[in-house]
Amino acid sequence: MGATLLVFRREFASYFATPVAAVFLVVFLALSAGLTFLMSGFFERGTADLTGFFFWHPWLFLVLMPAIAMRLWAEERRNGTIELLMTLPVQLWQIVVGKWLAAWAFAGLALLLTTPLWITVNVLGSPDNGVIVASYIGSWLMAGAFLALSAAISGLTKSQVLAFIAATAVSFLFVMAGFDLVISTVRSWAPTVVIDAVRSMSFLGHFQHITDGVLELPSIIFFVSLIVFSLWLNIRVIEVKKAA
Amino acid sequence: MGLVEAQDLYKRFGSLTAVDGISFKVERGEVVGFLGPNGAGKSTAMKIISGFLAPTSGQAWIDGHNSHTDAIAARRKLGYLPEGAPAYADMSVGAYLGFVAGMHGMSKSQTRKRLAELVERVHLIDVWNQRIDSLSKGFKRRVGIAQALVHDPDVLILDEPTDGLDPNQKFEMRSLIRGIAPKKAIVISTHILEEVEAVCSRAIIIAKGQMLADATPAELLARSPDAGSIAVTLAVTDPQRAIEIISGEPGVARVAVAERLNGTTRLLVHTSKNQASASGLLGALGRHNIAADEFYLQRPTLDDVFRQITASRREH
Repeated sequence: MGATLLVFRREFASYFATPVAAVFLVVFLALSAGLTFLMSGFFERGTADLTGFFFWHPWLFLVLMPAIAMRLWAEERRNGTIELLMTLPVQLWQIVVGKWLAAWAFAGLALLLTTPLWITVNVLGSPDNGVIVASYIGSWLMAGAFLALSAAISGLTKSQVLAFIAATAVSFLFVMAGFDLVISTVRSWAPTVVIDAVRSMSFLGHFQHITDGVLELPSIIFFVSLIVFSLWLNIRVIEVKKAA
Repeated sequence: MGLVEAQDLYKRFGSLTAVDGISFKVERGEVVGFLGPNGAGKSTAMKIISGFLAPTSGQAWIDGHNSHTDAIAARRKLGYLPEGAPAYADMSVGAYLGFVAGMHGMSKSQTRKRLAELVERVHLIDVWNQRIDSLSKGFKRRVGIAQALVHDPDVLILDEPTDGLDPNQKFEMRSLIRGIAPKKAIVISTHILEEVEAVCSRAIIIAKGQMLADATPAELLARSPDAGSIAVTLAVTDPQRAIEIISGEPGVARVAVAERLNGTTRLLVHTSKNQASASGLLGALGRHNIAADEFYLQRPTLDDVFRQITASRREH
């Protein structure tokens, strides 16, 4: 069996070794349902769609994805198991990808558990299921990008708390990249190209494109590229720490 | 080329030089003990040789494979027990060893066969389905050893394999290491000196990152200031006459009063290169009607040698 798959299975199983996984899933479901029904006014809107549900995902993931990924490397460093892992005869990328896949699958499971909501809108009306499928895929990809970033940051420290805080901060920048809050700090000194580049990094913008059902492909490419880049960054982080 | 080889290893962490020019070679059948006080650089050296840390300069090879530039090939030949015997706490013993076997590319049937052997050898049958975090220190250490042995590697690097074990477990662990030693090259680190005599064919003394000695335990013991000396306890408080008699014997270099206690005196007879015979001394005392309460060859201890070697270094 491939090393990537072995690492994936071990990591995925370890999410369920403690009640933390169950707590996480309950929190995610409660928050996403609560926000959809209470804040977005799911029933009052009178339209059968999941816009009010997906709207919250960037904000939820901003905190929840770092929480899933914070342990991936920090825990190994803390317990010393990283020494075992790194002296096994496998390539580093296999470990990095296996770990990320486990976290991504866990996020996928959390999303999968929200499908009763999808069924509900289909019972209540006739939503555009194409857009909903695209939104689910977009949401999962965005989760993957948050996770890959958080995993790379987790590789820097042996403190899960530190990994969580740093990953949330970085994720926040990515979510807010399209907002004036971030743009204005860049605008004063950077050329237009940089401003446009920063704006194009916005998770919120790309995710909106997907949930609106327009311009899906470039946004999908954006998230996939960011995942690949972050996984590469993760490999570099581990390699550089090894030589330090 | 030896199964393990290190050449001019250096490792600096900022201004601290943790490993300061270590070179050695280990052949099949050897058990080499890394000996040194805590913080001497033993673990860092082992981390470099195993390929977990990159050296600042120098190189290490496992069975001819450079542990950094040819890391995967080197790791296939290596069983490594890191400091503190870490293991995935949330896994059962069986699942954990199965995971390690899989990572070594072993097939399901190979794994099953090998783990059945190991479970006997390392005595893990009673805890096979238990989570690792529920195990005692002794069992955790055994799981760590089993993990290092899963793929039957030619080279074993074990960082403090007996740390935290009770005397019985230590004895068992040492028998295990001795049992597998003939077919492998083994490096163990320890700060327990008796362990070196119990299992090692060679000892390397490290302090402050530097190698101070590389010799067999017997050679090290011979360096003791007490090596070959004889202790004589007499039932007198004034040993002057006895000292004169003993000093007159051939091969005696020096006689010192080691201890006076309850009307007895213990003399320590230093000999020049073990040339004074014990029976000669006994005979001489007997001829002068001096009865010895106790008479024994002073056994030099590695502790003395270790202190001597590390202390003399400090004066430089």
